[in-house]
Amino acid sequence: MSGAAIKAGRTLAMGQDEAVVGGRQSVEAPFGRALARLGQSRPDIVGLTADLGKYTDILPFRDAFPDRFFNVGMAEQNLVAVAAGLARTGKVPFATTYGVFATRRAYDFVAIALAHSSLNVKIVAGLPGLTTGYGGTHQAIEDLALMRMIPGLTIIDPCDATEIEAATEAIAEHQGPVYMRLLRGSVPVVFEPGYTFEIGKARRLREGRDVGIISTGLMTERALDAADALQKRGISTGVLHVPTIKPFDTETVADFAAGSSHIVTAENHVVVGGLASLVVETLFDAGIAKKVTRIGLPDRYIECGAVPTLQAKYGLTTEAIIARIAALG
Amino acid sequence: MLRNSPPGAADIGALERKATRLRRHMLTMARDQGQGYIGQGLGIADALAALYFHELRYDPHNLNWPDRDRFLLSTGHYSIALWAALAEAGIIPIEELVTYGADNSRLEMSTLDTTPGVEMIGGSLGHGLGQGVGQALGLRLDRSDARVFVELSDGEMQEGSTWEAAMSASHFKLDGLVALIDCNGIQADGPVVLDMEPVAGKWRAFGWETSEIDGNDMKAVVGALTDARQRNGKPKAIVLRTLPGKGVPRIESSEKSHFFRIDVAQWDGIIAEFEKSVGTQP
Repeated sequence: MSGAAIKAGRTLAMGQDEAVVGGRQSVEAPFGRALARLGQSRPDIVGLTADLGKYTDILPFRDAFPDRFFNVGMAEQNLVAVAAGLARTGKVPFATTYGVFATRRAYDFVAIALAHSSLNVKIVAGLPGLTTGYGGTHQAIEDLALMRMIPGLTIIDPCDATEIEAATEAIAEHQGPVYMRLLRGSVPVVFEPGYTFEIGKARRLREGRDVGIISTGLMTERALDAADALQKRGISTGVLHVPTIKPFDTETVADFAAGSSHIVTAENHVVVGGLASLVVETLFDAGIAKKVTRIGLPDRYIECGAVPTLQAKYGLTTEAIIARIAALG
Repeated sequence: MLRNSPPGAADIGALERKATRLRRHMLTMARDQGQGYIGQGLGIADALAALYFHELRYDPHNLNWPDRDRFLLSTGHYSIALWAALAEAGIIPIEELVTYGADNSRLEMSTLDTTPGVEMIGGSLGHGLGQGVGQALGLRLDRSDARVFVELSDGEMQEGSTWEAAMSASHFKLDGLVALIDCNGIQADGPVVLDMEPVAGKWRAFGWETSEIDGNDMKAVVGALTDARQRNGKPKAIVLRTLPGKGVPRIESSEKSHFFRIDVAQWDGIIAEFEKSVGTQP
């Protein structure tokens, strides 16, 4: 993928676009726009951030509803605690920060203050996986694994601008705590308008009998491009998009995997504890004994650098997916 | 106690008798269970009596009343005191107190919000004040005049999240938020491990309207609560200097008063000591 908007070879400054849009159309701040729209008909929705409003696309909501927006400063534990308190008064708080801070830093608060009481708070977390060149301090490469362990927490990893907007609406309707990964800034459009998102449902996007790619988050865009390229090489490649990590759509995943000769998982996350682990557990439970090729980040901290350079190095690009699948033989 | 208007003049003697009743319940619970956080419970009894029987606006028959005042017990291990107060307030049956800490009881050794009248899960320390901030913001959005009282402890002030919450409360000018800081000088490893003084000075520096009183002097407690009600513009911190084990000299002087585990015969001795000290009080 070309990554036209981004100069390779340097670390990006805070707030610069980090999604590699390539040849696709894009939408600015799909989450913030969707939330501001929802706010019109939902006076119970409130917005929160911990000094990262500018960088988590929530400012359209703040500008529309300044009285229903609270910036608690650099204090992620308090961000979650305050959101919990607001939820107890009947509000539906959307709290934004970076994934690393919502998870590693505020974990006890998400687990005990929110999830233990099933409070109706939505945590929207920027910089998921390897989408920033800021290094290990800012790359939420293990957030899905961490959050999966919290009972009752719904976890969403959307693919594109269309799905972010649809998921924002869906989680606002959903009763209970949610962790949603956020692609921010200029976000590519992969799915046509009219694409429907349903919490807990996986979507078959391509059918193929040779290889079945099971993907989540931004990796689905790349899986689709890879499947097109592989098809031209005579490798029939299916794609199953799994935007909900919890609850996991085990039935559809097992069904999809059963119809593929090779199974490949693709995630913007370490291959420990995230999508790959979920798929393997699902196949084992379903009695499907097949090898699974896991595409994702290695079990190590990632260095600083330009996002396209790092994503290429760690195999998150379309080219890398093609190469891995072509090598399956 | 359903109150639709601010509390009137307090009957200090009646509140002191309520505190005695709370202490009696606690001692019985601790004896039956053989253990408990009785030191803290006895220490906070006066503040809880003042809150539940004078200051708080609530309806025991309509616990989800949106305009109720909230009381958040951040130190969940003080549950023994909260159960006593909720029972006296008519929110849970007094007969249920015997189940404290027993298998399948809803009166846990540390609070869960599944028990009627409990507004948060306490016990993972440093959680209460931030949740109080959120509730106060939510009530303000609803234009409710209900207030939020958060109990926390001196040891708990060591949790950094306390100060995150303290900053945000003054930033948002939450004058309906009252922090009750139980300074009893003990924590899990013994006497307060890190020096937290000056406690009142810290809250004042964080922008809170702060008072400091003898937390076992009912008149002082009621006075501080009344004063907090009358001031506007800032969140309020009431620093309560309490004596762990207050009312039972044998516990007051014990180094183990953070968590007390003794045999039944000794409990009976303690209860006899307590009853002797309160004399003929009901």
